[in-house]
Amino acid sequence: MNITIVGGGVLAFFISRSLGEKGHRVTVINRDPAECTQLARRLKATVVSGNATHPAVLEDAGVRQQHAVIAITSHDEDNLLICQLASGMFGVRRVLAMVNDPRSEELFHKLGVPETFSVTTILSSLIEQRASFDSIINLFPAANGSLEVVEVLVPDEAPCVGRTLSSLALPASTLIAAISRGKDEIVPNGKTTLAACDRMLVVTRHDSFAEVMAYLTGGIEWAVRQPVRK
Amino acid sequence: MSTVRGVYAVVVGCGRLGLYLAGALSESGCSVVVVDIDSSRFLDLGAGFSGFTIEGDAVELATLEQSKIGKADIFIAATGSDSVNLMVSQIARTIYGVKKVATRIYDPALEPQCRRADLLPISTVTTAAVSVLRALGLQE
Repeated sequence: MNITIVGGGVLAFFISRSLGEKGHRVTVINRDPAECTQLARRLKATVVSGNATHPAVLEDAGVRQQHAVIAITSHDEDNLLICQLASGMFGVRRVLAMVNDPRSEELFHKLGVPETFSVTTILSSLIEQRASFDSIINLFPAANGSLEVVEVLVPDEAPCVGRTLSSLALPASTLIAAISRGKDEIVPNGKTTLAACDRMLVVTRHDSFAEVMAYLTGGIEWAVRQPVRK
Repeated sequence: MSTVRGVYAVVVGCGRLGLYLAGALSESGCSVVVVDIDSSRFLDLGAGFSGFTIEGDAVELATLEQSKIGKADIFIAATGSDSVNLMVSQIARTIYGVKKVATRIYDPALEPQCRRADLLPISTVTTAAVSVLRALGLQE
């Protein structure tokens, strides 16, 4: 795909590099000529020096041929304009905006930029959750933040140890997608029995996340709140 | 200028353009609120200005809500940044339904974007250029 990234700093660099490695044709638009020179040296991407809020700059950068434009500058108003120009004026099919102020996300959706991400929201969510549970190894949000995909290490003393998946009283919309046990990778079914030190790949809804984690790791709060069902 | 009693106007950006418009609107009888991120700019509002001022970043919805944008009859975005002007103007027009929204833009290429968003463009470059050409007798 032809993808244009507008922005600078480490975020623009790493995203561009990552997309380039996946085989996409990346164009980076950045306002600072010195930074552009650096980016051109370090990336395989096409680097364009200019202010992408000017339609002429977008046009010169070949925006009409892009499949996606991703605006990740540190100014929300610029990200909004860039995405609106790309889709409204130049017909780019997919536009994605970083929204620095989480309270503005809904505004972007109402103004014709439905795909947004708020780094502060994602990061604070990650930090909050990682800070509470030591058993979590990896965490990433999916489906625009409504789902969580997390790798959980089952401690020895967890109540779920020795029980089958189907006997667990997990909240609805929770899936244990895979279990790593030693060198084995298991795709479990209802009859699979859980063991201590299992690393489970769990998919759950964002609002059930705390409950599921407490239940699987034997968090005290859960044990006190509800009896364990056979 | 005709008197316009009872009209509520919000002006965002108290630079030269915002200053002039705020003063003119206030003198003609409008209730005016001026928003600027830098309160020292309000010092330039002349004695003829009888409205209110709010110090804050207009891109933050809380600041606009403080200016009672929902009650505005007129909204003018006159900051030095085209993208800020476009964003706050769209908030006024599309989110709050303000009827008359004017947006200052430096880049004439953004005029279609204003029209698409149902905003009145104040394209200072185009306006000034046309005035000059007319004064030189090179344009009608």
